[in-house]
Amino acid sequence: MSDTTIKKPRPKHLDLKVIRLPLPGFVSILHRVSGAGLFLMLPVLLWLFGSSVGGPEAVAQAKSVVANPLVKLVLFGLLWAYLHHFCAGIRFLLLDMHKGLDLPTARKSAGAVLVVSLTLTVLIGAKIFLG
Amino acid sequence: MQNRIVVGAHYGLRDWLAQRVTATVMALYTVFFVVNLFCLPEFSAEAWRAMFAGGFMRFATFLFWLALFFHAWVGVRDIFMDYIKPVGVRLIAHSVVAFLLIGYAGWAAQILWRL
Repeated sequence: MSDTTIKKPRPKHLDLKVIRLPLPGFVSILHRVSGAGLFLMLPVLLWLFGSSVGGPEAVAQAKSVVANPLVKLVLFGLLWAYLHHFCAGIRFLLLDMHKGLDLPTARKSAGAVLVVSLTLTVLIGAKIFLG
Repeated sequence: MQNRIVVGAHYGLRDWLAQRVTATVMALYTVFFVVNLFCLPEFSAEAWRAMFAGGFMRFATFLFWLALFFHAWVGVRDIFMDYIKPVGVRLIAHSVVAFLLIGYAGWAAQILWRL
């Protein structure tokens, strides 16, 4: 029985254009991408945080910067990055504790991470940016 | 596991563990932060500022930032180890990130203790 499975040719290359990433792999690479994005934007986030808790002038300055649609878009992306990193991170912690390791469950939880983080991004983003 | 050269190196276990401990701290803080946000009497700049000025919140927020910087250190180092192969370039990249994160920690302390 195992002979039949071995004979199936397996791809030996790692060509990104040819590989079709399974859902858990997709969540994994997005975890890296979102983490890198958050790290790169740390100065912006710290500046915004510092201004938001500063005096009235600092708050007004931060508000005028955030009023820019491009800044809003970046912040929206960062909101997604935080939420994805949060949800995927909890999934990885559970996997570390050997919870949900079997393939069907791992696929489902990966899908759940994508859906939950995107939904929360839209809901919280709408609340923050549309009032 | 057999061909390890045991010459005082740790095998990344400490960093692996730190990544998870800091992640847990940040996840707990995130929940704590959201609960505090919903408990605000009104959503204004004054209320937002007062929230962070509270003794425990200030301390918890500083811990969150520290956990985040440590977490970012391990994560960014992992990325560099995967994609940057020349040792010299990698050393410079690691140093830049380490000093940046130390600077950010000072910045976060300055923001919170000015309140």
